[in-house]
Amino acid sequence: MAGTRPDTRLARWLVAGPPLLYLLVFFAAPALIMVLASFRSPGEFGGLAPLVDEAGKVDLNVDSYARFLTETVYMQVFVKSAWYAGLTTAICLLLAYPLATLIAKSAKKYRDLLLLLVILPFWSNFLIRIYAWMIILGPNAALAKAVNGVLAVFGAGPVPLLFSGFAVLVCLVYVHLPFMVLPLYANLEKHDQALLDAAQDLGANAWQRFWRITFPLSLPGVYAGAALVFIPALGIFAIPDILGGPEDTLIGNLIKQQFLETRDWPFGSVLSIVLTVSALVLAGTAAWVGRRSLGAARA
Amino acid sequence: MALLDIQGVTRRFGDFTAVDHVSLAIEAGEFFTLLGPSGCGKTTLLRMIAGFDLPDAGRILLNGEDIAGRPPEARPVRTVFQSYSLFPHMSVEGNIAFPLEMARVPPAERRPRIEAALEDVRLVGFNKRYPHELSGGQKQRVAIARALITHPTMLLLDEPLAALDAKLREELQIELINLQKEVGIAFVYVTHDQTEALALSHRIAVMNRGRVEQLDEPSKIYGFPRTRFVADFIGHCNLFSGPVLSNAEGIVRIDVAGLGPVLVAAQSSIAVGANGSIALRPEKTRIAAPQDANDPHAGGFAAALPPEGAQRAARGGPSPLVPDNRYRGTVADLLYMGDVTVYRVATPGGSRVEALLANSQSGRAKFFEVGDAVEVSWRVDAGHFIEE
Repeated sequence: MAGTRPDTRLARWLVAGPPLLYLLVFFAAPALIMVLASFRSPGEFGGLAPLVDEAGKVDLNVDSYARFLTETVYMQVFVKSAWYAGLTTAICLLLAYPLATLIAKSAKKYRDLLLLLVILPFWSNFLIRIYAWMIILGPNAALAKAVNGVLAVFGAGPVPLLFSGFAVLVCLVYVHLPFMVLPLYANLEKHDQALLDAAQDLGANAWQRFWRITFPLSLPGVYAGAALVFIPALGIFAIPDILGGPEDTLIGNLIKQQFLETRDWPFGSVLSIVLTVSALVLAGTAAWVGRRSLGAARA
Repeated sequence: MALLDIQGVTRRFGDFTAVDHVSLAIEAGEFFTLLGPSGCGKTTLLRMIAGFDLPDAGRILLNGEDIAGRPPEARPVRTVFQSYSLFPHMSVEGNIAFPLEMARVPPAERRPRIEAALEDVRLVGFNKRYPHELSGGQKQRVAIARALITHPTMLLLDEPLAALDAKLREELQIELINLQKEVGIAFVYVTHDQTEALALSHRIAVMNRGRVEQLDEPSKIYGFPRTRFVADFIGHCNLFSGPVLSNAEGIVRIDVAGLGPVLVAAQSSIAVGANGSIALRPEKTRIAAPQDANDPHAGGFAAALPPEGAQRAARGGPSPLVPDNRYRGTVADLLYMGDVTVYRVATPGGSRVEALLANSQSGRAKFFEVGDAVEVSWRVDAGHFIEE
């Protein structure tokens, strides 16, 4: 870039400036405020205690962090959230892979239509879609009746589908599935049929062709999809709020509680930071693993 | 029994007949080429041998066994694809080991075989490289090593050199000839490049519109094309057509528009009045300054030619009493190619004759310029008569 002409550089700043400013004001600054808040004390009536108390002493401490580490219940919620997010990611991958393959292999004229169908749910409101699941899984709906009818045959008691971990998981998968399908499709669509022909010519059957050629080459798509599903699923609160039972409190709900109900902003900030940092670490690891396993081949 | 016996194979795509009732036999150890323009069916035929496509009619026998029911992975033939098709996520070694793994060769046996294969294609030490770190020629060599490592019965090559530049292509052609001799496996080579086909093959099947037009040795294909298509497709060729004026004593005379009667030595039973063609290679066409012209450029060249009679007697050609074909014209355009120059001579009647002259004279780049009056001539046995 040393030889870049000044007017080109100016143009570049003019183009990149507004979005950069936006991110700075509405993302970087709040994040910084949150970090600062995590070291302060909670106010008597919620919010934050003054930074400088009457004695003129600056009130900064790590009490909230200590609380997170010592009271195991928070770590447990965190682990449970990671479990739900992980399970969601795995199920999404299992469902999305065949779907993305189908779209990538279908005739060009149908692909756009099929992709449109994948993103069609985004056209209706997120909360409305979750409430729809309340009806689908509700005790008077056909699904619950059918499930419990079958269970009764085997002498098992009726189970509620709604307000359970099951309901949370079903909806998590439902909401996040497109985020797995799209990057997988983008990857699979670029695959060269000639490579599969070559593998077949060299003696590989369909199973071997998939595991030795298609799957390894699709890993960048798998990692991208996994990151796009896992990270938002980790922090979600609306779904467990609406569809979950009392035990289905996830880290997202906890953070929401700290800010809106308990009004312990410093502790809410700590939970937020833990969530953000672990998501970053996971995304970074996924990217690193992805580049390592394929970097040599793709560079 | 031939190694590969293709019997009346037909393949249609909708209304289009890609391969039209083709029968041919390929022998063990042979370098066999399917040559033809794009869309002539050569690649379709190759894909049917490999198993990626199935004939609508006819049979393909390998070692006497009909292989229709066997998928590509179960056929003892291997393909080298035009795009190389190396697996980008595997090293050179991984690529070459792949067919061994598929064939469940024990790991202990793989190493020496991989090393031997790399030696065969002169890539020793490239084991850990990845495809993107290789040049086009190296990639193609890896693809060949990978295809040969399981000792297939037959190697199919689908325009393997098409993506390489001319110099490298020539180098790899020589390597391919040597490799084929060394491994002794039958090669079936698909190309649209006639020089490549002539240089590499033991036998060539020239294909056009799904049919085999001629199947012969390269020198026969070039020297004695059986159809106008073959004559035109293989190398440069003057093609003169017209009704037969006479056919006697091994000489056929045809009336060519813009040129007049042209004589050609041919043992043919063609009737007077039927249409015939003469294929004449430009390098067999002589070009000289007209005898009566005072063109200073032509003097040295004309004198350098040996006397007609002596030349003929030495070769034992037709009777020296049959005169050469001889026509006046002017150089309409020329293609200077360094070692040779191709002259296109326009006759007063509006016909064109192509003549090729080696630029062998020292101190002079070419013999004639555009617009020069010249005389083209060729012996009656220089052309090749085609009945059609």
